[in-house]
Order: sequence, then C-alpha cells, then structure tokens
Amino acid sequence: MKDIIRDMSDFHLDVLREISNIGAGNAATALSQLLGKPVNMRVSRVIPMPFNDVTEYVGGAENLVTTVFSRIDGDITGNMLFVMGAADGGALVRHMAGDNGEGDGELSEFAQSVLQEVGNILSGSYLTALSDFTGFDLRTSVPCLCVDMAGAILSFGLMETGKSSDYAILIDAEILPGGNDQNGDVQSSSGHIFLLPDPESFHRIFFALGVHRYGSN
Amino acid sequence: MAVIKVGIADSNVAKAPDSICTLGLGSCVGVTLFDDAKKIVGMVHVMLPSTELARSSSYKKAKFADSGVPELVDMLVQAGASRMRLKAKMAGGARMFSFEDSAKGIGQRNIEACKEILRKLGIPIIAEDTGGSHGRTIEAFSDTGVLEVRTVSKPVIRI
Repeated sequence: MKDIIRDMSDFHLDVLREISNIGAGNAATALSQLLGKPVNMRVSRVIPMPFNDVTEYVGGAENLVTTVFSRIDGDITGNMLFVMGAADGGALVRHMAGDNGEGDGELSEFAQSVLQEVGNILSGSYLTALSDFTGFDLRTSVPCLCVDMAGAILSFGLMETGKSSDYAILIDAEILPGGNDQNGDVQSSSGHIFLLPDPESFHRIFFALGVHRYGSN
Repeated sequence: MAVIKVGIADSNVAKAPDSICTLGLGSCVGVTLFDDAKKIVGMVHVMLPSTELARSSSYKKAKFADSGVPELVDMLVQAGASRMRLKAKMAGGARMFSFEDSAKGIGQRNIEACKEILRKLGIPIIAEDTGGSHGRTIEAFSDTGVLEVRTVSKPVIRI
C-alpha cells in the first residue's frame, strides 16, 4: 500500500529541501543578528525515515538534548523543533548573556527563558520565509523548552505523523551558532532546525507551490 | 545474556537469561508482561492510545495500546507463556512539554488506554512508574520480572 510519506517522489523531496534552505537561511540570519556574529547553515537534509532512525539521527534515543518546541498552526500544521546538544544550550546562553545560568547541572529560569526566546526568533523567522514563499497564513504556539532524552522528545513530535505513517520526513537544517572562530576553524557546537509537518499538510504545501500534479503524485 | 531492544511502536519477547529494553520513552508507554514460571517477558512500546486514531488502513499493531497489548499477549503465548499467569508492569506516559493540557495530554491518554486494555484482558498491573514530565529508559529482566527505570536526573528505580 502506498504510504504518503515513505513513497514521496524525489522531486517533491527537492521542493521540501528548498523550503528548508529558505526557512533555515532566514532563521540563521536572525540568529546571527541576535548573537552579533556569523551563523552558518551547513546542510539541509530531507529524508523519509522510519521513526527509530529519527532518534538515531539525533545521536540515539538516550542522547541528552536541549529542545525548543513550537507547534505550527494556520494554513498548514506541524511541529518545529530547535535541537541542540545539552552542553550547546548552555554555551549559547553563555554567549548571549555572559552566564550559562547553570546551577546544580540544571538550567536556571533565566537560561530557560533565553533559550525559549532564541527558539521563538528562529521559528518565527523560519515561518516568515515559508509564509512569504507559499502565501500561507502561519502562526506558532509559545515555544516550550525541554532538556531530556532525544527519544522522549522526538517521539512526542512524531505523534501526529504516527497516526498516518510509520515514517517521518524530517526537514532538517543544521546550523552552527558558533560560526567560525578567529582561526577560521569551525566550532563544534551545532543545532538542528527540524520542520515536521503533519502528514495532511504536505499536499497543501505542494498545492500552494503548484507542484501537486507532478509525476505520479 | 543478551539485551533485546524494542524500538518505537514495536514489541518483542525475551526468555531467561536475556533482558529486554526500550530507550527514551516520553509520552509513549512501555508495557511489560511477565510469566514468572516460564521466565518469559514481553515488552511493547505504545505510541498512541487507540487504533481509532489511525488514518491509514495498514499500521503496526504495536503502535497503538488497544492493538499492541493483545498482540504482545499472543507473542508470549506463542513463545510458551501462559496467558493466565501474565502480570503487567508499565512505565512512561510523561508530559514532556508544558503546553500540553495535563488532563488530556497524550501521555495520560496512553496510560489510561493501556490500563483499559489490560483490564479487558484480565491481566493485573502489579507495578507502574508513569506520568511526570521526564523521559525514561526501561529494561525488564526475564529471570526476575524486575523492571528497571532509568531517567536523566533521578536515581534508578526497580519495580
């Protein structure tokens, strides 16, 4: 039986990759302005993958990550996640506020609100670009922060997709908030901006872009 | 002894001396069923409460509580366990993000759906570590039936 996600055509995956480039490019620019230093977008990957591969993709189900989660509402619905390694979240706060806000190994309330605001700015600028590109009316929920096992967080983001499929299309852009240091070496900290549209939103995206009749799809 | 891994929306069975585990449960629920005489334990990683939510006619049974738990019972019986001796332990069903309505959050609905199907099947729940707002990794040991629950910030518990 045809699975709308697993069996998506290469052409449509390319269209989604373009969305990722445009959205994440805008988000990286916004983050760069916020941090006052370069932020590079390294690569956009759009691959249909089984749920268990999604958690492997972010370093394994038990990998500790800092995630800012926003729910997208409007002409399309879905989830947006800004995922960093747990240590990278603290490093980002330290850079912005001169304080990593960590006491007892947990993020302080201050650090949490800084990260939520970063997530808010990233998802907002990503969706503004997507909205300009497609003409969609899009809103996001207040962002939520969670520091926990990647599997526990990602599986929540996959819930809507799970109603229709055993596969997810993770529209992923890897960004480097550290940019290049003074020697031109790329710093290790990196984050991912994941767009996870609800399954029924894919058709609306392709329709808005006039590519819904392409090939067998 | 081997550690058998169960992925998201999947299930499997382990016989002594092996153990069985699933990593990073959030709002998902891990249900284990144990036959202490045969020393066989099964585990299912339930993602959603009911097959009524399925928007596709073909789905993995283990994904939903109401199809996944009965399927696990069948797998255990196939492996030599007695249906009458099975006892259940469960963990997970957390509320990972604060915006979820606590009363209707998916984690809570998963917990309730697992309890409901176990009640229908006449399988007693003898221990649970459910709810809260943190992820869990669980491992069940086929020789003792002990369910070990590991989290990021709390001590390991054995139920």
